[in-house]
Amino acid sequence: MSDASLQSPSAAPARKGSLHRQDERTRKRNAAEARFRGYGIAAIAVGVFFLVVLAFSIIRSGVPAFTHTVLDVEITLTQQQFDEAEAQLFKTKAYAGYFNATLTAELERRGISVPFDEAAIERLAGKVGGTLREFYRANPDQLGQPVTFELPASSRVDGYFNGRVSRDTLQESRFLMLADLDLVDALSEAGIIHGTFNWNFITGADSGVDNPGGAGIGASVVGSFFMMLVVLFLSLPIGVAASIYLEEFAPQNRFTDLIEVNISNLAAVPSIVFGILGLAVFIQFAHLPQSAPLVGGLVLTLMTLPTIIISTRASLKAVPPSIRDAALGVGASKMQAVFHHVLPLAMPGILTGTIIGLAQALGETAPLLLIGMVGFVARGYPDGFIAGFTEPNSAMPAQIYTWAARADASFYDKAWGGIIILLIFLLTMNIIAIILRRRFERRW
Amino acid sequence: MPLFWLLVILLAMAAGGYVLGRARAIRSAGGDSRKLHSLPVYYGSNVALKVFVPAFLVILLWLLIQPVYVASVVSGMLPDGAIPDNSSRGLVMAEVRRAADGLDNAVAAGLMTENQARNARADFQDVTQRLRDAGQIVTSDVTQPVLRSAQRLRVMESTGSMIMAGVAILLALGGLAWGLRDSQLDFRARNVVERGVMVLLIAAASIAIFTTIGIVFSLVFNTYEFFTLYRWQDFFFGTNWAPSFSGRGGSSDLGVVPLLWGTFYISIVALSVAVPVGLFSAIYLSEYATSRLRSVAKPLLEILAGIPTIVYGLFALLTVGPLLMRVFGDEGLGWMQAGTAVMTAGLVMGIMLIPFVSSLSDDIINAVPQAMRDGSYGLGATKSETIRQVVLPAALPGIVGAILLAASRAIGETMIVVLGAGAAARLDLNPFEAMTTVTAKIVSQLTGDADFASPEALVAFALGMTLFVLTLGLNVFALYIVRKYREQYD
Repeated sequence: MSDASLQSPSAAPARKGSLHRQDERTRKRNAAEARFRGYGIAAIAVGVFFLVVLAFSIIRSGVPAFTHTVLDVEITLTQQQFDEAEAQLFKTKAYAGYFNATLTAELERRGISVPFDEAAIERLAGKVGGTLREFYRANPDQLGQPVTFELPASSRVDGYFNGRVSRDTLQESRFLMLADLDLVDALSEAGIIHGTFNWNFITGADSGVDNPGGAGIGASVVGSFFMMLVVLFLSLPIGVAASIYLEEFAPQNRFTDLIEVNISNLAAVPSIVFGILGLAVFIQFAHLPQSAPLVGGLVLTLMTLPTIIISTRASLKAVPPSIRDAALGVGASKMQAVFHHVLPLAMPGILTGTIIGLAQALGETAPLLLIGMVGFVARGYPDGFIAGFTEPNSAMPAQIYTWAARADASFYDKAWGGIIILLIFLLTMNIIAIILRRRFERRW
Repeated sequence: MPLFWLLVILLAMAAGGYVLGRARAIRSAGGDSRKLHSLPVYYGSNVALKVFVPAFLVILLWLLIQPVYVASVVSGMLPDGAIPDNSSRGLVMAEVRRAADGLDNAVAAGLMTENQARNARADFQDVTQRLRDAGQIVTSDVTQPVLRSAQRLRVMESTGSMIMAGVAILLALGGLAWGLRDSQLDFRARNVVERGVMVLLIAAASIAIFTTIGIVFSLVFNTYEFFTLYRWQDFFFGTNWAPSFSGRGGSSDLGVVPLLWGTFYISIVALSVAVPVGLFSAIYLSEYATSRLRSVAKPLLEILAGIPTIVYGLFALLTVGPLLMRVFGDEGLGWMQAGTAVMTAGLVMGIMLIPFVSSLSDDIINAVPQAMRDGSYGLGATKSETIRQVVLPAALPGIVGAILLAASRAIGETMIVVLGAGAAARLDLNPFEAMTTVTAKIVSQLTGDADFASPEALVAFALGMTLFVLTLGLNVFALYIVRKYREQYD
């Protein structure tokens, strides 16, 4: 100590100037500090930037799926015209002729002249003749009265309106010619072609590979719903029972350790391995029906169980031991203390964890592909409640995957639109979980 | 669906047993429930448990064992001559099963009476023709032994489920009688019920073990079968992945090396995005950020973890891929041929992993005691020096564990690589080439009408086994590191 005080005057170089002026080394250290801080801010900014880009591209690309382009044409068909058309050899062609005549008249009335032929109309709006004939054969009483037809335009016309197809990039094909776009422009100017909300996308089922316009997500929403029912009614009771045992009753022994190790490992097993399990055990071995929401639900139950068990155990642990002691003190058995007192107090936390587990299961795709729940099996709604579990169906994420994997770019809009619907479901579930937690969670 | 109704009947019987047991116990106490040993609820529950649980267990076991037994009997019925040279007993059994399903559907559609479907001596041509009329059998001709076996299969299955229903209901009735006989004044109903509930709790907890066993068995058996058809040396060391699409051909090259390479390459790209971004955000959020910024930024980052992977897959395929193409593609630097590439998938997977790394590291950094920081500040260190030289070294094992867990997540990720990485298996160093991964190939080998006995389908199980062992190893290693190097700060 005395040495230090002796040497200090000569060892420390005399400071020149004010303390307010930083020397070289301090400046360097402060700069390093600022840089380090900058890295942190940059990292968070990058993360948030990715989130914004993701949200932006989902909304920008997904919204067009909810609208589609239609041709509104008012047609009056007389009984005589109907009889004439039915008497001809090519009946639908005759109807198409009426349609074109009406359209020409309509355009002329508005002073727009653009040449078009039947083939162009067929490229734009499909087989209008067939639609007309079907309608009038089913509703003969509408003959002679003006009827407004709302005909869905082809997906390429949709693409022209939302910018996917432009005049520069258009490749002329039997689906759309460059000249057709003039007609589309003219019709759009006349207000005959316009966009409306696409209800079919929300309520419809999957369409064929060649009909992107008719594809809807409704059937696979129903498939997801039945799957979630299975997951809820299996994973909630089993998960709660397992957590109660592990948290409240399990003795410290090998068996308990084995269960714990298994649960923590299962939580980290890739989801596709659960798909393999489902394929081998439920379909190959137990011969449950392929592509059924029941099997999908079973696989997802096994997958979400670890998540639910972990969160349930956390909320059981959060209930203070004094509650148990008080119950035991007034003569309740251990089981009664748990089921009558601890469990109800832990319930909000358990439900929150379960909803989050369900949300995770709802977005899972890979295991469903392996058990055959791919999009194209979702061709319609199930016949009844029980059939909903066993009839082949798809689920929302699997349907989105099927659309994304198709060659026709028009399906991409549908896939993005499907993602918006999926995210709306997930958001709702998460908001419910947050509200539950805010409203019922107790701090001890 | 008779199984459904069977369960409904059992549940109704249990409910009835509950009411009866409770009433009988109260009657034995002369209407004064205070004289009973337990609360009346327990007498009712005792009966209900005895009605439902044994019958339900029998149904479960029966459903597990019956298909195996029936299959072994029926496949024993097939004469050796009925199995074509280029086929196996398993394939013929699959045909038998299809024929049986066809018969079922034909009966359900009213094209055949139950008797026609059952009668083994029915004119065989006639049955085949009827099945084809019903649009049921689309594969090959139904031969005589196959049809016989299918009929036998149907008969055995329907009698089997009849017997099962009978046994279950008898057991339930027995349980009802037993429970009701016990519902007396001095019966210790609560203790019995609690013991029963305890067994149920243990059973629920054991499901985790059974799931693991199920995973291991389904992987091991099918992998073993694969290695009987395909040399394991060629699988593990083969550098070419080219499955033949005809199926059942010996011409497939099924080497796992290119797939593993693709998996690792994509994971490395993903980690090199996720680790810096995630780690630095965790450091900033736990050391610098005000509580207001923290309460906004942390949930925002965690949204990224809640987004389903299919969304990321589509994002890779339709947004990131074209974006990278514009920079690195033919119009830009010319390094990239198509939008699907290692870079696309890796980048997007990295975004997905950011919150995973950041929230795990955040917890670990927060667990470093404040006293260590204060000591460092006391010596005159700046904040960043404290973090770099004190906090991070103390948190290092935990952070390494978090990175390893993220790596295991990256290896097991499926949808992003299925959509974003391409389908060609390739051993290449260029990150702008399309490559494929183990998970992507599991999906492509097992979707579609694959024939489960061919090496092209069975290879998926071997790939699944590889994946399972890899991720499990990584997880165990991560936990080991965390445990071994964790400083004890108490």
